Parts: sequence; structure tokens; C-alpha cells
Amino acid sequence: MYLSMKKLSLLFAFTLVIQSGCAQDNPPMIETPLETNYSYEVVVDGLEIPWGMAFISTDELLVTEKSGTLYHVKEGQKTVINGLPEIYTRGQGGLLDVALHPNFSENKIIYMTLGANTEKDDEGGNTALYCATLNGTELSDVKLLYKATPNTKKGQHFGSRIVFDQEGHVYFGIGDRGNRDENPQDLTRDGGKVYRLNLDGSIPEDNPFVNETEAKKAIFSYGHRNPQGMVVHPKTGQIWENEHGPQGGDEINIIKKGVNYGWPKITYGINYSGTPITDKTSAPDMEQPLYYWVPSIAPSGMAFSTSGIYKEWKDDLFVGSLKFEYLERLVIQNNKVVKREKVLDKIGRVRNVVEGPDGYLYLGVEGKGIVKIVPTS
Amino acid sequence: MRIFAVVYCLALAVFSTHLKPQKSKAESIAAGEEIYQDFCVQCHLSNGEGVSGVFPPLKASDYLFEDINRSIAGIKYGLKGEITVNDEIYDGVMANQGLEEEEIADVMNYILNQWGNQSEEFITPNQVANVSKSILGQ
Repeated sequence: MYLSMKKLSLLFAFTLVIQSGCAQDNPPMIETPLETNYSYEVVVDGLEIPWGMAFISTDELLVTEKSGTLYHVKEGQKTVINGLPEIYTRGQGGLLDVALHPNFSENKIIYMTLGANTEKDDEGGNTALYCATLNGTELSDVKLLYKATPNTKKGQHFGSRIVFDQEGHVYFGIGDRGNRDENPQDLTRDGGKVYRLNLDGSIPEDNPFVNETEAKKAIFSYGHRNPQGMVVHPKTGQIWENEHGPQGGDEINIIKKGVNYGWPKITYGINYSGTPITDKTSAPDMEQPLYYWVPSIAPSGMAFSTSGIYKEWKDDLFVGSLKFEYLERLVIQNNKVVKREKVLDKIGRVRNVVEGPDGYLYLGVEGKGIVKIVPTS
Repeated sequence: MRIFAVVYCLALAVFSTHLKPQKSKAESIAAGEEIYQDFCVQCHLSNGEGVSGVFPPLKASDYLFEDINRSIAGIKYGLKGEITVNDEIYDGVMANQGLEEEEIADVMNYILNQWGNQSEEFITPNQVANVSKSILGQ
């Protein structure tokens, strides 16, 4: 077929337009293994949205139900824990993560993030961090450690996950609360941030923005959209985070002090309506993600497998996919994702994943419960 | 004087129910679009088509138009378990979003009149208030 030069260049330009018009899938492509040597068993059932879980011992754990119930689970039996603070449940908000104080075995202190309206106004709610002492199935000494402001009736992006470092700090994330234009890039406002506090809730003296007037002193990093996965890297001690992007552009980040992760100034995603948010995917003073997902998987929960129980998975990263209903295994070499694989495809919306004290991986699956992955060979 | 006071109070009572004027259908649909973009769009998508087998469609949905109050109850109380929409089975969870009655009415009016959907019905906060959980059969 003969095409004139002019027609050819037109065709070329047209192809370019089409290609730039739709986001390219970001490699490595997700793989579905043909054979697997694992299956699963449901160890806690009857849960709708098991947002957070924290193991006390191999057969005893705490589980949050987003609608506002904290369960104590022993050998699969659920008991409701009484004494929770009042929870603001709307949209993506409710009772979110739960975590044990690093010295829990002695002081019985737990931490929780949840939607709250502590001001008793009629303006909605925002994410709060609480601690409390657990006595059997009762909470006492319930203390509000941090409350994001202002309240809003927006349903989006409360976050949240809680982790601890070795130096006596607690970290937690709060999403942009549906106000991306004002919150994530403004240090004087809450939302779109990862926060760091001392374990008693006080502000660490070496937090990055303690000397900036008007800044929220608890901020550790900013420019986040909606962090729903966080884990301490078992070897480096760094904090790894995943967050929901808009359509396309979910991210994995390593959280560093004072760093701007760019939302919404830079992103690999677009609006749900298909319109662009920004034409920039990078900027000089903004951190690039370690990895970004296009298309979005809607990531929630994050864990490394360290135990060697699953031989080929040692040191790999695991992330729940709400959207595609599988657990994603990511093989990482030199801080680069080199392989992605589906685990337990179609199991349901995977809200959470943790490595238990027995070295097994436990998933929080919506509508199902807590699921344990068991090797079969 | 006493009669005047009674009449005055009555008049005030009648008047005050009109202080918060009911939205027109068009106003309700416009407010409903905002609620939809905030609470519904992630799963049901901006085209209302959902994701086949995972999130049921709202556009041209037989489930929706068969029993509008049932869908109101689904939003009001949350929905769990197996439902059949346009001959396809869905077995998921829609969490209670914590919407107020007026917001549920607004988003219902939007859904019922968007993407080619059309309904003569005008859902009011009062209708939402009167829908009970039992209609879901759960």
C-alpha cells in the first residue's frame, strides 16, 4: 500500500495522540501463576470490613470492623471490646486501624485510628488517633492523641494505618479528606499527610516542621492522597507506605522526613471522569514513588514475608487489592519492583495483610473475615 | 388576647415548616450528583455501569426499578449478600455510607434520572425516613 509522506506523518501524529490519550500500563505486568503450592483457611469469620488487625500472640488478635466494632479474637472466637470512643462513620470513615504499643506485653496499651467528631459540631468528622489500655475485653484510659481538623462531611480519604519505629515514635497517615486542592500541599492544614508523634502523643522535638510557624507540628511527610498501607521494612527499618491514587497512579513510597510526595501537583493518575488532574508526573522538589500502579489496583494493607514459611516469597512485599480482589505479591530488588503476581485471585476485596507472629500471612477480606495462607507442599 | 396568641403560635408553626423549603426535583438531582461523585463513583463509576460481576450497574438496572424503596434501604442500611441485577449475580458488600435522609433522597433522584434512566417518582427525605430495613429481607 502506498502512502504519501504527508499521510504517513498524519498517521504518525494520530497514533501519538491516541497513545498519549490513554495511560500506559506500568510494568512489570501482573502475572497469574499456573500452579500454586498454597491454599487458605478462614480463621475468623463473620466480618464485613476487617480494616485493621493486631496480633497479641499466635492465636490471639484484635480486629477492627469499620462500622465501629473492635473484636478480641481468641482461637477464632470473637468477643466485642467495650469502651471505644465515639466513632464518626460516614463514607470511607469509621473505625480504621489498630496497633499494639511496642511494649504492649507490659503496659497493655493499644492505638487506634478512627473517624471522629470530638468537637460535637455539626460539620462532619475527621481522622483521629487514640490510645487506650486493654483489660480483657474492656478499654480504659482512652486518650485522644491527635485529631485532624477541620471536620468535613466529605466521604473520602480518612487513611489510615499505624506503625512504630525503634526510636519510640508512632506514625499514622491521614488522606486528603476529599479536598485535594487545599490540604495535601499546605503544612498549616491537616490531611494528605503522614504524622509522627512520641508514644505518649507529644510532638517529637526533631519533627521536620516544628520550627515553621502555623505548620501542624505533627507532620512528618506530605503530599499524600490516601495512605491505606504501611509497614516497617524488616531489614532497613524504613517505613513503606501505599496509597490510593485517582484513576491510575496508586503508589508505593518510602516515607522520609519532611519530604513532599507531590499530590496533587504530580501524579500518574487522572480523574475518575477521565479528565486530567495535572500534566506533570514529576517535579524537582517532589519525591517520585518507588512504584506506581497503572491501572489502579486500589491498594490496602502492606506486609513483608520474612519467615521463610513460603519459601519462594521470602522478603517479598504483599499488598491487598480492593479493586481486583486478590493479594499482590511484589518481588523487589534494589528498591525496584521486578515482578508482580496474583495470590488468591478472586478471593474478595483484600482490605488488609499482615505477617503474624507465627510467620504466616493473614488477610482481612471484606465479607469473608480473616484468612490465613497455608502452604500445601 | 389569648385567641391572638393561639392563632399566632399556630401560624408560626405552619410557617416554620415552610422555612426550609423543599428542593425542586432539579435541585435535588443537582445535589445528588455531588453525593454520587463523593460516595458512589469509585465503585459504580461515572457512567453508572459498575463493574460486571463485582459492582452492579445503576444504569438501566432492573433491580433498581423493580423496587425503588429496596434500593433506598440498601443505601440507608447497607447491603450484603447475593442480589441479581440484569441477570447477573452479585455477592458483595455495600457499606452503610452514613448519609442523611435528605442526601439519600438527592442521590436517589440523581441515579433515577441519569445515564438514560428516567423516573416519574420524586424521592423525598420523608419517603427515605419511612423505608425500613425489613424490605431487604436480611
